[in-house]
Amino acid sequence: MSTPFDVEAVRKDFPVLSREVNGHALVYLDSASSSHKPRQVLEAERRFVEEHYSNVHRGVHTLSQEATDAYEAARATVARFIGASSDREVVFTKNVTESLNLAAHSLGGLLQLGPGDEVCVTEMEHHSNLVPWQMLCERTGATLRWFGLTDDGRLDLSTDAVNERTKVLAFTHVSNLLGTENPVAELAARARAVGALTVVDGAQAVPHQPVSVTDLGVDLYAFTGHKLLAPTGVGVLWGRADLLDAMPPFLGGGSMIEVVRMSGSTYAKAPERFEAGTPVVSQAIALAAACDYLADLGLDAVAAHEQALTGRLLSGLAALPGVRVVGPATTELRGSAVSFVVDGVHPHDVGQSLDELGIAVRVGHHCAAPVCQRYGVPATARASSYLYNTEDEIDALLEGIQKVQAFWR
Amino acid sequence: MSETLYQEIILDHYKHPHHKGLREPFGAEVHHVNPTCGDEVTLRVQLADGVVQDVSYDGQGCSISQASTSVMTDLVIGRSLDDAMARHEAFLELMQSKGALEPDEEVLEDGIAFAGVSKYPARVKCALLGWMAFKDAAAQAAGGKH
Repeated sequence: MSTPFDVEAVRKDFPVLSREVNGHALVYLDSASSSHKPRQVLEAERRFVEEHYSNVHRGVHTLSQEATDAYEAARATVARFIGASSDREVVFTKNVTESLNLAAHSLGGLLQLGPGDEVCVTEMEHHSNLVPWQMLCERTGATLRWFGLTDDGRLDLSTDAVNERTKVLAFTHVSNLLGTENPVAELAARARAVGALTVVDGAQAVPHQPVSVTDLGVDLYAFTGHKLLAPTGVGVLWGRADLLDAMPPFLGGGSMIEVVRMSGSTYAKAPERFEAGTPVVSQAIALAAACDYLADLGLDAVAAHEQALTGRLLSGLAALPGVRVVGPATTELRGSAVSFVVDGVHPHDVGQSLDELGIAVRVGHHCAAPVCQRYGVPATARASSYLYNTEDEIDALLEGIQKVQAFWR
Repeated sequence: MSETLYQEIILDHYKHPHHKGLREPFGAEVHHVNPTCGDEVTLRVQLADGVVQDVSYDGQGCSISQASTSVMTDLVIGRSLDDAMARHEAFLELMQSKGALEPDEEVLEDGIAFAGVSKYPARVKCALLGWMAFKDAAAQAAGGKH
């Protein structure tokens, strides 16, 4: 991008950022959990609801047609945003958790998994990309394998966790706890070499960097709207068109059918096949507006801005005695979520004390408990920045951590 | 920084917990977790003649959960089970009061320091972790006889 990234202009689009918390200016460093929404997204959703709202794919009246057109236009925008080769490859879901459950359930049926088959995941998965595969293995008798982690927060790829028995390889693009960015293309090539399908959790990647699902060479890719400047309630599952059309449905109901008789039904092609019931219409339209907002700013510029903040945070934390980062220590192949522990102060107390200073970080196991177990910590505090954060806010956090240390000394 | 929440008594119990460590003999042992944050406690209760002879525990968690468990052991060890359960009830009521209840120091002793916690709904579960484990273990140790 030739124009410099203007974070102050961006911040004006997010009214909540100007509020105070506990007598201090809000410092919101919890976007990996959920992001705030710019006015443009809220206005797009409100305009649709006030002027065009109706159910979709169900009527001949004018509003129904306008709503259907807007919903399908949203699908096209999202498809373009993630580099899909066709709109038909974008399925709207409730959230990334539903996308991944859909993938696990449906691939289990498609591949007729059974004893002797293996599903491979990694030790750094969010519970949403771990538990559905554990459940699938329980149901089918397949075996769950995983890539472990190295001490510096990377995947240990030196094992045979992917082998000729592997049918599915599911992994996260960017870890929500460690911040690690995984080598997606390399992992996808490994899976392809043994005939396994790849499922990628992109919840922490798509909001923050340019992603082309086609270029990555994966089979299914999931992400969610609420971490991407859009409302809660809308997620996406992208899949190769031929694969989606071969996969059995997940939820049954209206819209996902072709012919229904009392003796049995046939199913629509994707994406409708996976969108049973009234879909998330206005949320999908808001998600498309969020994609447009990010595309206008340029994902490269957003990524560069975040990388600068992450670098500042990592070097600041490294300079603090008694503070340890859990995850990669540099910005190389790394997202903006930075987990850390403060010696002698439990993460919940760190988070509570920072809140007193108006600083919002997340604490706990971040729905990735096995990662905490791997690194021998009960929980972590996690600061995660996004396009609207500033260097001053990173400095406020670093100063806040020192105040926390002084209080708990 | 947050004196309403982090009273000196709480910090003292956190840094120097009372009765910590698992001991024998015990009539029942339970393991309780707070799944949203990962705090956990393993807790043993020994009853004899309707009296709480010992409560021993090990666990990991934030200052609130660890200090509250420490305070709880002070309040129930050596008491009759009825008295201990009454104190459990009093503490539970305080935690659910959203800051509106004036705690009775006669009954809750150091436990009154947790009155401020009741204004932080996200932390009430922390304060109750050890108490709930005690209630569960005491009921099991009593074996339905109580």
